[in-house]
Amino acid sequence: MPSQSSNALLEAGPPESDAAVLRLSGRLDAYSVGHLWDAALAALATRTSVPVIVDASGVAYCDVAGAALLVDLLRRPRAPGAEVSVRNLRSPFDRLLRQFDPRGFEERPPPPRLDEPLAERVGEVGIAVLREAYERVAFVGEAAAAAVDTLANLRRIRWREPVLIAQRMGADAVPIVVLVGFLIGVILAFQTAVAIRDFGADVFVANAVALAVLRELGPLMTAIVLAGRSGSAFAAEIGTMKVNEEIDALITMGVSPVQFLVVPRMLAGFLIAPLLTAIANFVGLLGGAVAMRTFGIPFVTYFHQVQSIATLGDLFGGLVKAFVFGLLVAGVGCLQGLKTGEGASAVGQSTTHAVVGGIILVIAADSIFAVIFNILGL
Amino acid sequence: MSIEPAVIRVEHLTAGYGERALLEDLSFEVQRGEVFAILGGSGSGKSTLLKHLIGLFPPMKGHIWLDGIDIATVQGAARLLALRSIGVAYQSGALFGSLTLAQNVRFPLEEYTELPDEAIELIARMKLDLVGLRDFADSLPAEVSGGMQKRAAIARAMALDPAIVFLDEPSAGLDPVTSAGLDQLILRLKHGLGITFVVVTHELPSIFAIADRVIMLDRQSRSIVAEGRPQELRDHSEIPVVHQFFNRQPAAGVEAG
Repeated sequence: MPSQSSNALLEAGPPESDAAVLRLSGRLDAYSVGHLWDAALAALATRTSVPVIVDASGVAYCDVAGAALLVDLLRRPRAPGAEVSVRNLRSPFDRLLRQFDPRGFEERPPPPRLDEPLAERVGEVGIAVLREAYERVAFVGEAAAAAVDTLANLRRIRWREPVLIAQRMGADAVPIVVLVGFLIGVILAFQTAVAIRDFGADVFVANAVALAVLRELGPLMTAIVLAGRSGSAFAAEIGTMKVNEEIDALITMGVSPVQFLVVPRMLAGFLIAPLLTAIANFVGLLGGAVAMRTFGIPFVTYFHQVQSIATLGDLFGGLVKAFVFGLLVAGVGCLQGLKTGEGASAVGQSTTHAVVGGIILVIAADSIFAVIFNILGL
Repeated sequence: MSIEPAVIRVEHLTAGYGERALLEDLSFEVQRGEVFAILGGSGSGKSTLLKHLIGLFPPMKGHIWLDGIDIATVQGAARLLALRSIGVAYQSGALFGSLTLAQNVRFPLEEYTELPDEAIELIARMKLDLVGLRDFADSLPAEVSGGMQKRAAIARAMALDPAIVFLDEPSAGLDPVTSAGLDQLILRLKHGLGITFVVVTHELPSIFAIADRVIMLDRQSRSIVAEGRPQELRDHSEIPVVHQFFNRQPAAGVEAG
């Protein structure tokens, strides 16, 4: 074929005394040698008992890929007296070839795979889990100490930073919180109505929606939105700073990264989550009202029902939870960011852990709240 | 003047980002098989010029011809062919962090050639051997030093034995011994394989050791202030910025007074 990629050629030459001759010619580069690589190895394999001379006098060009083909022929283990040699390779290509010691590239058997005993692996995972738990506890302690320190020196807080973060975390999240909250209200009302309509109890759908949204879904959905939007952003932001040695720079300047990066973010999370929750509560109830309107229940009746069932305790119970959720989501995001390893994939991992960890912690905290509220009789 | 057409020809190039031009009306040629250095102080647009030469950004005005192909406008298969004939080692190395050094070098070979797997592995190891990293083939970039990452990046840039290799600050951050070894490697590849090198650098020893010709960019005039052989520029240039650069003198404003 006349194509540029196939203009390298391998052919058997007339044998010389007791040696076999392989003739290489043409242009040996990464695109052409692929076609004759296997053929060359096969030609070598069929001539195991005689010396093989590779005659390269016809080679017009040979780069490292071409040299690799020759090295591959030279490095094969051969019987004594049946060695492979290359001759007539023109300068400067022979100089290139001589840079490589074929024995340095002998094929090594892959290292034997060590199958660890089950007990060992279980132990390793256990230790990793414990270490993670320890890191979390240590981080909570460090963050708390930094927070106390910050509160003790209120004048030293750079307010610009938390305000900016709060804006990104809060104001910018309002549209999505409104959307999610409203739809949750609508869906909840619809599904409840379908279930209790047969009993003619349509009007009590409002009760169910009010309690569910104020106590649980408002704070929970807001926290999940925050984990996805802001927890991930914190982890990626701080993680990239870690990769770029910016965290190291802070430490060597005597500035605690926890105080400088984590406290403002946790402060923002602490303050923003309840505000967003309040919005989610409002639009959630509104969504329920709109849904019930289609079942023929007027707004007035709906909100009258809401007022009769929901207490201030329900509302504030939900908002108290939101404070804690905000802290948790922001804290996990920052912790994962600070724990980031090396490289781009590490940042992705921290971001994933921040979101997943944030949501799990929020739900775990929610169940603890449920128990506490139950004991308190709220 | 060489009869052979230049391997890189830049005609009236105005380049920059967005609306802001950092370089105005540049014209120069790089001949096949030479080591061509782009010099200049910080902020003079060296890296900007490099990014335009390799087709990452389109010129605001003018043309860049790589082997007769206008790199800014070529599309599709012809563009891939043009990109295949160049190799770039970025300033930070830009190795893929999730791949070992050998896998980084294998990557272009796997993408572009039909070599058997074993052959690709051998070529990758030989390239790493060229830059002195044979024993680190199976290490991840994060596990080796910055200088080693840089050398691995050069090995990756040369994975396909390209006709033109662009090196952005290859010896910055390397110790003098490694840096001298790198210079030798460049010369060996230039003489042995006829590779053209375009090097952005401000390491004086390295410039004198390897560069056939240099151009010097200047931040004030946004253009080429000097062009020629490094020794000539050092010994005979009348232009103050060139003189300061080659004789390591501080700029007038910075001089202790």
